[in-house]
Amino acid sequence: MGNGYVASAIVAVTLITVGIGFYGLRLARTTSDFLVASRAVSPTWNAAAIGGEYLSAASFLGVAGLILKHGVDVLWYPVGFAAGYLALLLFVAAPLRRSGAFTLPDFCELRLGSRRLRTLATAFVIFIGWLYLVPQLQGAGLTMATLTGSPYPLGALLVAAVVTANVALGGMRAITFVQAFQYWLKLTALAIPAIFLVLQWQADARPAVTPPEGPTFRTATTVVVEHPATLALPDGQLRQVRPGDELTFAAGQPVPDVAGVATDPADWLLPGTEADDQGLFTTYSLILATFLGTMGLPHVLARFYTNPDGAAARRTTLVVLALVGAFYLLPTVYGALGRIYTPHLLLTGETDAVVLLLPGAALGTGTTGRLLAALVAAGAFAAFLSTSSGLLTSVAGVISTDVLGRGSVRGFRLATVLAGSVPTVFALNVSGLEVSQVVGLAFAVAASSFCPLLVLGIWWRGLTARGAAVGVLVGGGAAAGAVLVTVLGPPLAGWPAALLAQPAAWTVPLAFTVMVAVSTATRRSVPTDVGATMLRLHTPEALRP
Amino acid sequence: MVAADDRVSARTRIVLADVVRRESDSEHPRTELAEQTRVGAALVRGLVRAQLSLALRLWLVVAVGLGGLPWLFAIAPSVSRVTVLGVHLPWVLLGVLPFPFLVLVGWAYVRLAERNEQDFTDLIQRPER
Repeated sequence: MGNGYVASAIVAVTLITVGIGFYGLRLARTTSDFLVASRAVSPTWNAAAIGGEYLSAASFLGVAGLILKHGVDVLWYPVGFAAGYLALLLFVAAPLRRSGAFTLPDFCELRLGSRRLRTLATAFVIFIGWLYLVPQLQGAGLTMATLTGSPYPLGALLVAAVVTANVALGGMRAITFVQAFQYWLKLTALAIPAIFLVLQWQADARPAVTPPEGPTFRTATTVVVEHPATLALPDGQLRQVRPGDELTFAAGQPVPDVAGVATDPADWLLPGTEADDQGLFTTYSLILATFLGTMGLPHVLARFYTNPDGAAARRTTLVVLALVGAFYLLPTVYGALGRIYTPHLLLTGETDAVVLLLPGAALGTGTTGRLLAALVAAGAFAAFLSTSSGLLTSVAGVISTDVLGRGSVRGFRLATVLAGSVPTVFALNVSGLEVSQVVGLAFAVAASSFCPLLVLGIWWRGLTARGAAVGVLVGGGAAAGAVLVTVLGPPLAGWPAALLAQPAAWTVPLAFTVMVAVSTATRRSVPTDVGATMLRLHTPEALRP
Repeated sequence: MVAADDRVSARTRIVLADVVRRESDSEHPRTELAEQTRVGAALVRGLVRAQLSLALRLWLVVAVGLGGLPWLFAIAPSVSRVTVLGVHLPWVLLGVLPFPFLVLVGWAYVRLAERNEQDFTDLIQRPER
């Protein structure tokens, strides 16, 4: 790339993150400040912080890449990521805040009074948290490698070190300010280049996004192949390419078809028209996982304890829904314009890089193009830093209280270092996993474990500790097993592949059914204080005795 | 939506008021709530039921409004070919409209849920008879 602005932008984002972290450090004095920011964060700050924390590498880079590659069918990802907050608002936000729990395991113990269930929930929080941290660190390494040519481990180590130090030193109060800043940075970093890109598209006389003959190269392009693939050349020939092969195309030449990518304009532009049941099943399963998975992600829940009361938690969630929704309008612009300006990404398979490379490709290598490229790089880095910070805070929170068993500031710092080093080691050694696959696994596991636990725990008096534990193990275990088989197991086709690749449509109902059935069978062990708990979860704070 | 909610919260209020009158003419509901008497428990049950039915009804609106789309595209492919200002309808229905729709549903929920709580608070804090 040779764009000096990019490195400066990444350094600036990192320094500002650390700077705001230290500003917060001056304010963080007690353990309570560390864990829940003393519950005195205003709804607007808190909402921006939740949004900043939620919009990860998958949202900032992945969604646009998926749209570039697959077209209209993957628009369900951003819709589901946003709708997850509506489910959270309707079923969880206010009662969860009123429960007064610090973490998800706290909620289990408060509601069902079981130490065993608490331990199980702790294990799931740590599992989902680490599962989500590894792809963030990998994304950072790959972004640094793409943009500045640095070796892969550097980006991953940089993000891991900055985030661990910041969380350990500043705790959550600092993180709230950092996250809020990073939401606005991410929105700006996509919105401003998007305006320039649309203006450039207008100036270029609005080239068609889906010309009838398929995507074409606008300029002479040399492509270096990264993954083995089979290309169907325009003259009908098939050609096998291997990593390292160089292909040169003249301006105006069509992009060859690649197996597994929607290059046919109608496939990309229109929803799956073949009325096949598997396609519909996959779509509905994806909708269910994203709608219900959000409420089960540990770093999302941790934020709700920082609201002053239940009504504020509700309003905060509504603002988050608006902020996140506004953000998700933008990746579609990048995905669509990527068809015109960066069609070579379809060939290399690096569609995740479309957000990073589009400003340079469309606006040229002048100062504007380079500045905007630096801005999106800064936004991408903000995405890695903020999501990793949130995940690390919640994983470190449960490790310090449930595994180390101390509530001190020193214990929290020790837990942070512990929680940060495990996924770093994984990220440095495992580079074969795909970001979107792992993120999908985390959503499916969360939707099949914590979602039924929270919804039934909040709304149904009959839930028992045994029912909750068996449901979490069966549902969450089935979801985790299904996606692990997809990622690591032999290639499958037809219905088995669809059922395992998008398991939520059967694992979520399974978890609910098992939880209700086992609870009904053990109804004698319904906690005796369930009435008092319901009173606390659902009545306004003003009425508390 | 609003009319339906008025009906439900009005019904809840009447039922709870009946319980209060019948079982405890002298006790103040706020004490009942704290001491977990049968009346207090009935009051909380009523509130939980009202809030849950509100959440489920709005969830149904989203399930039909968004969840119906894949089905619609599958059974009526011609819908997908309609264009609005040069953009194909599915891109508008999935890329733009869901976000304001979700915020609108969320806004309605916050308003109605706070009204349910206000009704409950009014009931508990009625002056002594």
